Amino acid sequence: MIKALGYFWELIKGSLITARHFIVNMWFHTLKLFGIKTKRSGAVTIQYPEQKKALASRYRSLQRLMRRDDLKPRCVSCMLCVTVCPSECIYVEAAEDPDPEIQKYPAKFVIDLSRCCFCGFCVEACPEDAIRMDTGKIDLSQLDRRDLVYDLDKLLE
Amino acid sequence: MDIVIILIKVIMALVWFLLLTLYLTWLERKESAVVQDRIGANRASIFGLRIFGLFQPFADAIKMIFKEDFVPVFSKKFLHTLAPFLSFFFVAICISAMPFGDDIRIAGRTISLQIVDTNVGLLFVLAMLSLGIYGIILSGWASNNKYSLLGGIRGAAQLISYEVALGLSLVGLIMVYPSLQLSKIVQDQGQLLFGFLPKWGAFLQPLGFLIFLFAALAETKRVPFDLPEGESEIIGFFTEYGGLKWGLFMMTDFMEIIIISALLTTLFFGGWQIPWMGSDGFHFPWGGQWWMARWLVIVLQVLAFNIKVFFFCWLQILIRWTYPRFRYDQLMDMGWKMLVPLSLVNIVGTGLLLMVVK
Repeated sequence: MIKALGYFWELIKGSLITARHFIVNMWFHTLKLFGIKTKRSGAVTIQYPEQKKALASRYRSLQRLMRRDDLKPRCVSCMLCVTVCPSECIYVEAAEDPDPEIQKYPAKFVIDLSRCCFCGFCVEACPEDAIRMDTGKIDLSQLDRRDLVYDLDKLLE
Repeated sequence: MDIVIILIKVIMALVWFLLLTLYLTWLERKESAVVQDRIGANRASIFGLRIFGLFQPFADAIKMIFKEDFVPVFSKKFLHTLAPFLSFFFVAICISAMPFGDDIRIAGRTISLQIVDTNVGLLFVLAMLSLGIYGIILSGWASNNKYSLLGGIRGAAQLISYEVALGLSLVGLIMVYPSLQLSKIVQDQGQLLFGFLPKWGAFLQPLGFLIFLFAALAETKRVPFDLPEGESEIIGFFTEYGGLKWGLFMMTDFMEIIIISALLTTLFFGGWQIPWMGSDGFHFPWGGQWWMARWLVIVLQVLAFNIKVFFFCWLQILIRWTYPRFRYDQLMDMGWKMLVPLSLVNIVGTGLLLMVVK
């Protein structure tokens, strides 16, 4: 029983910690309610759809295709991204370009996002810097799977 | 006319009780969130109006009401349905003995702000709280599921053990205020001790107060003592319940918190008494008075009762979100080897002190 009474002080100390958190956090919540700006806030929560955390600069988000100066896609349909893609979600159909410097351009360039694992290998593989994953778009959910198949127009924005 | 008055009192007390129960679920979510540096449920809205998730309890209630009322085929159907109602009823009836305020006089009629002012009010509340055990045992047994039965047995063993300490801790209090009538106990607490300290139970019976607090926390069967339920890993007595029947069990928990808070307030913290306030205003012990209208005094006293009850609800939720669960042997050790001997010491000590004073 003496030992149990020894724990009693520790119990009080424990509840004082939670009570301190309660009072300090309530203080900051109240200040915020009255529109007073403070350095820290009452909670560490980020209220997602309204508040968004800044993405890291190398974060791999939705892909986009780059354009040349004359607004044609930079892609030369070399199929390197198709080859390297581990989830086999890229489909490219080449067509002949009249310019001998370019030779080929993509008639179709489709990424099936429902299969994409966002590994970024396609970006690494591309010799022309034609595909990048820096749009910062991460909320890609759709109600229909077919809406997740992005074609050339969608990828070029 | 008397029946009308009693009906109005019953309705008002139940509305107070159930609204407070609903909002305790909100307080539980919000307080646990604030303690843990989170925000808590704040998305429930009506027409885009959120006001800190105050509509959350209603959303929860609607969800529970529209869930399927499911009774497993292997359960005993009648008893399975009866159990949550028993458990709910015996807690809900406790509110009838709680004094909310002083007597009021309207048109030559004296109305006490208490539904039944029996001379065994304290025993009545303790008896009803004990009868609540039947709901747990019955739900465990009628579910016909061995894990539910184990939970029910754990609950029964725990509640009966702590019932002893709960009752014994109040004996000292009954000796100090020689009455079992809750309104009279509160009335007595309006006097002063040594001329300045309010004669509250917590000052007269500090040990009794601590024992009662611990035993009462065990009675609510929430987290430090949640062995009957053990929602995170062990399986509890309401495993086979869903929807509104489960909701009744959950509401019983919250109603027990309120009843325990009201009991703590009434017995140990002066009930509706405000320190140094008489029936006509403040009489400060250092001299000086502050007269007040009678109705203002009554309103302030009812408010004081409510604030004290809210504080103890807050404290119990804080305790629930601070401590981890006891092991079963630790629970039994604390009940039988610590609280019961201490309450016996308290009774003997109180008796000796009373003898010396007399």
